[in-house]
Amino acid sequence: MSNYSTNEFRSGLKVMLDGDPCSILDNELVKPGKGQAFNRVKLRNLNTGRVLDKTFKSGEQLEAADVMDTDMQYLYTDGDFWYFMEPETFEQHQADEKAVGDALLWLSEQDTVVVTLFNGSPLSVTPPNHVELEIVETDPGLRGDTAQGGSKPAKLVTGAVVKVPLFLDQGEIIRVDTRTGEYQGRVSAK
Amino acid sequence: MLKQWQPGASLAILRQRSRVLAQLRDFFQQRQVMEVDVPLLSRATVTDLNIDSIQVLNASDAAYLQTSPEYFMKRLLASGSGDIYSLGKAFRSAESGRRHNPEFTLLEWYRCGWDEHRLMDEVVELVATLVPGIAVRRCSYADVFIQHLQVDPHLVGLAELQRLAVSASSQAWAKETRGNCLDLLFSVLIEPQLEEGLVLVYDYPACQAALAKCAEDSLGRQISRRFEAFLNRVELANGYCELTDAAEQAGRFAEDQRLRQQSGKAAVAADQHLLAAMEAGLPESAGVAMGVDRLMMQLQGADSIDQVMPFSWTRC
Repeated sequence: MSNYSTNEFRSGLKVMLDGDPCSILDNELVKPGKGQAFNRVKLRNLNTGRVLDKTFKSGEQLEAADVMDTDMQYLYTDGDFWYFMEPETFEQHQADEKAVGDALLWLSEQDTVVVTLFNGSPLSVTPPNHVELEIVETDPGLRGDTAQGGSKPAKLVTGAVVKVPLFLDQGEIIRVDTRTGEYQGRVSAK
Repeated sequence: MLKQWQPGASLAILRQRSRVLAQLRDFFQQRQVMEVDVPLLSRATVTDLNIDSIQVLNASDAAYLQTSPEYFMKRLLASGSGDIYSLGKAFRSAESGRRHNPEFTLLEWYRCGWDEHRLMDEVVELVATLVPGIAVRRCSYADVFIQHLQVDPHLVGLAELQRLAVSASSQAWAKETRGNCLDLLFSVLIEPQLEEGLVLVYDYPACQAALAKCAEDSLGRQISRRFEAFLNRVELANGYCELTDAAEQAGRFAEDQRLRQQSGKAAVAADQHLLAAMEAGLPESAGVAMGVDRLMMQLQGADSIDQVMPFSWTRC
């Protein structure tokens, strides 16, 4: 892989740091009037999700991380692994529970998701920002209560539990923001 | 990118900037300090290891945009100008960021017959005209270094300094010079801990003398008669009790050359006009350079230099 120098560090660039792939969040040049320049860099460790603050001497280099975000179709799970397919090549990838993480709450078969590959293996899975899912379990709906009011928990087909307005019923399909886990609206009754 | 044609600073900030520039000129006018507008373009430039000039061509002659007006101003001092100031642009290659712009506005002034402590008083007076009642702390480099790192910066060995620098940053500092390690530690571990307001730090380590006289402090440690001013934890100004000895100046240029070669940097010829002026006689004086854009940032509470300049490099 190629190397990147501190002056090429940009938000979103993927580099290796102490053996882990990291994504650069912020890079600030600091230069004392008469002194050697350095860079204050904020990175996210893509393995642990932790955000790190590091100081590098200007001109220092980091190895590029072989990290690629790829659109893939979610196929199925056998309980141990989750299987994804690249739509162009039909190449399949299996992701473990750590890589799938919280995305498993929102995965429906056939959905297109972003699979982040590190050295060719799934490192993380990012669901679409919005998904439409069926309610499989909730208290019976209160008819007519379509104005603002209270909310109740509803279990979705994927297993996620979200807060929904009181008027919704089992079997209805709702739109959810996967980044916040918040109910966005009713799509249609089934 | 379409919006980049507009200035980074709002019209309100540009108006304040205009008032500040007028206040600075007024400050020196009242004190009978003469404004000089020295060249930005010269055949010579600084030899500092860590300052890179922007090189340009005048027809086919190599020339440099000046990184500060210092050398020209010293040639004027040696010609008998008396107290002078310059309020203009300076250029430093590859310095771009939240607090840096490759072209910036620098206020620099010299006081004949003064030492650095009297000049520090004047720095305080100048900042106080813009920020009345500002809190001021003055301390020696050693005191502030020991306060925060429990290490005497003048006596600590190079290996220990490099070890501290590596743990504050990375392995890349394992073979760095004494001066560069001290700068890193000061910038990363001390600057963010400085008090709000104006902090003046004096008696810098001898290895960071640049163009200041060297001396021994009251404890017999080798120091340089250099000071820096920090405004709300941001480096604002750098001043010296000026070195006047031409032979020592020539020696420091040669040492810069050696360090540049060691770091694989292009050689830069020493400015012979400056050395000739110092041979002729540079009056005993103290001088200081202050970043006006940094000053504006602090007056505005801005966190990016782009917000206080008409057009920063990203818009040029």
